[in-house]
Parts: sequence; C-alpha cells; structure tokens
Amino acid sequence: MASNKYVVGRASDLAEGERMIVEVNNRSIGIFNIDGKFFGLANNCPHKGAEMCKGHVVGHLSSPAPGEFEYDTSRKYVMCPWHGWEFDIATGQSYFDPTGVRTRPYAVEVEGGSAVISEVDDGEASYTPGEYALIAQDPGFALHEGIAGDLDGRKPGPYTAETIPITVEDDYLVVNFRPVRPPRAARKVEETA
Amino acid sequence: MTEAILVNASQTPLDGTTRNELWSGPVIDVDVHANVPSLDALYPYMSEMWIDWCKERGWKGPNASYAHYPPGSARACRPEWRPTGMMPASNVSLLKEHILDPWQVDNAIINCYYGVDALRHPDWAAALARAVNDWLIAEWLEKDSRLRASMVLPARDPKAMVDEIRRVGNHPGFVQVMFPVRNDQLWGQRVFHPVYEAMVEHDLVFGMHYGGTTDGPPSTTGYSSWFVEDYAAEWQSFAGQVTSLVSEGVFQKFPQLRVSVLEGGFLWVPVWGWRMNKEWKGLRREVPWLDRAPLEIIRDHFRFSTAPIDGGPPALMEKATEWLNSEDLLMFATDYPHAYDDDFAAFFNVIPDSMKPKMMAESARNWYRL
Repeated sequence: MASNKYVVGRASDLAEGERMIVEVNNRSIGIFNIDGKFFGLANNCPHKGAEMCKGHVVGHLSSPAPGEFEYDTSRKYVMCPWHGWEFDIATGQSYFDPTGVRTRPYAVEVEGGSAVISEVDDGEASYTPGEYALIAQDPGFALHEGIAGDLDGRKPGPYTAETIPITVEDDYLVVNFRPVRPPRAARKVEETA
Repeated sequence: MTEAILVNASQTPLDGTTRNELWSGPVIDVDVHANVPSLDALYPYMSEMWIDWCKERGWKGPNASYAHYPPGSARACRPEWRPTGMMPASNVSLLKEHILDPWQVDNAIINCYYGVDALRHPDWAAALARAVNDWLIAEWLEKDSRLRASMVLPARDPKAMVDEIRRVGNHPGFVQVMFPVRNDQLWGQRVFHPVYEAMVEHDLVFGMHYGGTTDGPPSTTGYSSWFVEDYAAEWQSFAGQVTSLVSEGVFQKFPQLRVSVLEGGFLWVPVWGWRMNKEWKGLRREVPWLDRAPLEIIRDHFRFSTAPIDGGPPALMEKATEWLNSEDLLMFATDYPHAYDDDFAAFFNVIPDSMKPKMMAESARNWYRL
C-alpha cells in the first residue's frame, strides 16, 4: 500500500532555529525548526526556481507609518536568496501577494519510533486526487493548528515508502505529503450546510 | 464667442479643429500660468520694509523663472499668445482671451512659477511668497470665478511653509500648493511631513511642477550644460521626487494627500512603476510602511497633466497610453502660455471614448473638489 508519509530524520538532529534540506520523493524540501515546531516548504522559489529554503529566516516586519516598526518574531519568513522575496514558512504564502504567489508547504510531524514502524509496515490510506482537491479548497482547512493555508488543489505525487532503519526509542521527523484533515468542527459545519 | 482652435495637429483633418469639434463636453484646465510681470507689480502686496529692501539693492526679482522659461524662447510662449509690449500670461484679461473663453472652461487652475524657491534668504523668501499669494488672490482669483490657484511657498523652511498654508489656506480659491520639482531635498523626506499635515487640514493638493532650485543639479549626476538638457530631461527630477514620496511612506502617513504632476509628462510612469513594483517585492523590508505595490499608490494618490504628452509617433501613442492601465490618471491642461510641441488632437483620438470625459474634466473636478 502506498504511503503519504516520509521519514526524513531524527527530531533531535534539527535544533531550534535550524533547518535542513531533504530530498523526498524526488522533491527538495526545506524542514525548519521554528521555536520547537517543525515546518516543511518546497525548496524551489515559485519566481525563478532558486533554492529558496537556503535564504535568510526573518521575522514578520510591517509598519503603520514611516519610522514605526512592528517586528513579530513569532511569525517567520524565509527570504529567497536570489531576489529577496519573503515566504511565510508556516503557509508558503509570499508577503507581497499571499494568494497569488506562494510555494507548497508540507506538514512535518514528530512521531515516536514505534508509531513510525507500524505506519511503515502498514502503509497509509491516501486520498484519491479528487478527494484531495476537495479538501484543499475547504476554507476551514488548516495545515498547522491555528494557521490557515491553501494548497491550491495540488495533487499528491506517486507514493513510495521510505526505507530507513527506525529505532523505537527516538522521535522522528515525518514529512506528510497529504494535507491535514480539516478540524472536526469545520467538517461538521460543511456536512450540515 | 471665439472658440479655441487646435494647432500642431499632424493629421491634416485635425489641423484647425475647434474645441467643440474635438470635444463638446466640459473642460477643466489644470495647468495655466500666471506670470508676475515685474517685481513692481508685487509692491502693493509687500510691506514698506521689503519694498525698500528691494530698492536699496536694485533687486529685480528671482532669476529662476527666466532660467526655466527663457522669456524670448519659443518654449516660453506660443506665438499666438505672445502679447505686444508686455509679459505673456501676466494678467487675467490675457488668460480670458486665450484660454478661459475659447476653451469654454468650467475651471482653470493657475500655477505661478516665479522662482521664490531660488531665494536663500529665509525671511525674504517667506515675504515674497506672501506677496505672490496675495497678488494671486487680488489680481486673479477675485477677477474670474472660474479660476482656482496653487499657492507658492518658501521651499527651504518647513515651518514658514506651514505658516503660509495657515495664513491663506482657507481662501476658497487656493486648491493646491505648488512644489517645484527641483529642490535641495527630496520632497518625501520627513522634514516636510508637517507641511503635508497642514495641507491635509486644508484639503490642498500637492502640485508638483516643472521648475525649482536652479543652483541645484537637475540630474542625479550633476549639472547640465544646456537649456535643452534641463528642459527635455526634467522628467528624471519628477521620477526622483515621485520615488521619494512613495518610498518615504507619505501616503501611509497622510492617506488623504493627493499629488498632481504638472508639466512633468506621464509616459515615463509605467516604466518607472514596473521597475518599482519589481524591486518592492524583494526590498520592501527596507520601507515596511510601503504596504502595497508602488503603482497602486500612484493610481490612488497621483494624477498627471496632459502637457507635455511625450507621446511619440501617433501610430505608437495608443499602445503607450494603454501602458497607463488606468483611465483616471490624466487631467487635461493647456499649459498656457508655454509651447510644447504636442499633438493633442492625435492623442485625444487614440484614447478610449470612456476616458475622454474623465481626462477633460471629471478627474480634475473630483481631485480638486471643484
């Protein structure tokens, strides 16, 4: 059975504030540890294809008037090394055109070794492309808890299981190629609507 | 009543077209000039002290206006508008005869470029600005109800600028403040923000106009040698000032502020804007108050007079005009009495019909609350 999940390394190998670039399923993905939470982002800039995830990681800088700065370091952006475009690491959306210019975010989960082993053994149920597109269009869809996103109906690629040795004792970073299910409450609203 | 006849029309059927044949709707002319005929004409509006100050020194007035508009130059006045024995555009009767009546304008906005900005004497510059403004009120605004005007300010002293806005800003005839495009400092910089605050209080438009400090370099890389360089390449000064006003966040701080670019051309704007939009995406952290693409700010906060047109061959004019990507940006101007070699009829005929009423009057009526 095909899997949507790929084990990319040990959680302890990626300290807070650090990032790593991994090749998964023939895609280059940047994995970021932001304040202990893990985020994945396609490592190619939608502008000209630069390795975007190698750029500066910066806070959210805005201003209501000349000389007044509001710097929110709880929201992190990666700046493309070629032209400086900023992308929200949590959603993949660009700063200057959040709906029009964005890159694909990936969910990165931390799972214990035993859970990873059983998932690798069992495989994972995957959405059909049609189901995937429906979920991605759902306005209630949340990639990470509390952060709205939009995958623009992209379809998951062909699945191949990662085969790396897993030990039960460690926590692992698992890139999930399928979107997180909408919160239960949001789905209820949709069903009754 | 005499009707205005278009000159410079390159297409034979248009040469000699009358105003109503070209456009029978309303017209507002956003850039006509009032020339101070001589320093003596301002004496009735000066205190004894400043009159004596001029006489003691034999001072005849700032020379900046002569540098920007050499009086005998064909550019300074069209032949048909050049009166005998007097300065062109120097009284309201000439303006009525040449523009207000034949163009049948609803309103015309007077810009007086007298070169007050050339003075470095802080008190004299302020006094001369007061005299020019009082002359504009008494000898122009109060003589024809169709007229509105830009006030002039001493450009080197923001406090004096604010004082003058407060002194005459409530006169209903003043709808705008004239800012000569060339200045010691870029107009977007914060030292001038109190001036914009006072302008917003009085609902005055920022009228950026050809001219300004003649002892400052007109280009970003120094002084030019010839008048033609100053005159034909002045758009680079306009571009610098527009870039400054946008980048400094003036419109985030003063969302009500409106800027008219007068005698500055407009076809450089799309090219400038494309570059600015591109750079903003990657450099915006430097100016985080710039909360949207620069061209969007241009559409909300800027209008451009139609003289000069810089339109190129009529065959290419249509495409160039499309680059503006807006029917709202342009406001008609004769630029009386100056003579740009513009083919206004050719330009008028390539713009969309839906844009014509806006360009000829509606945009200006909204912009200046006329």
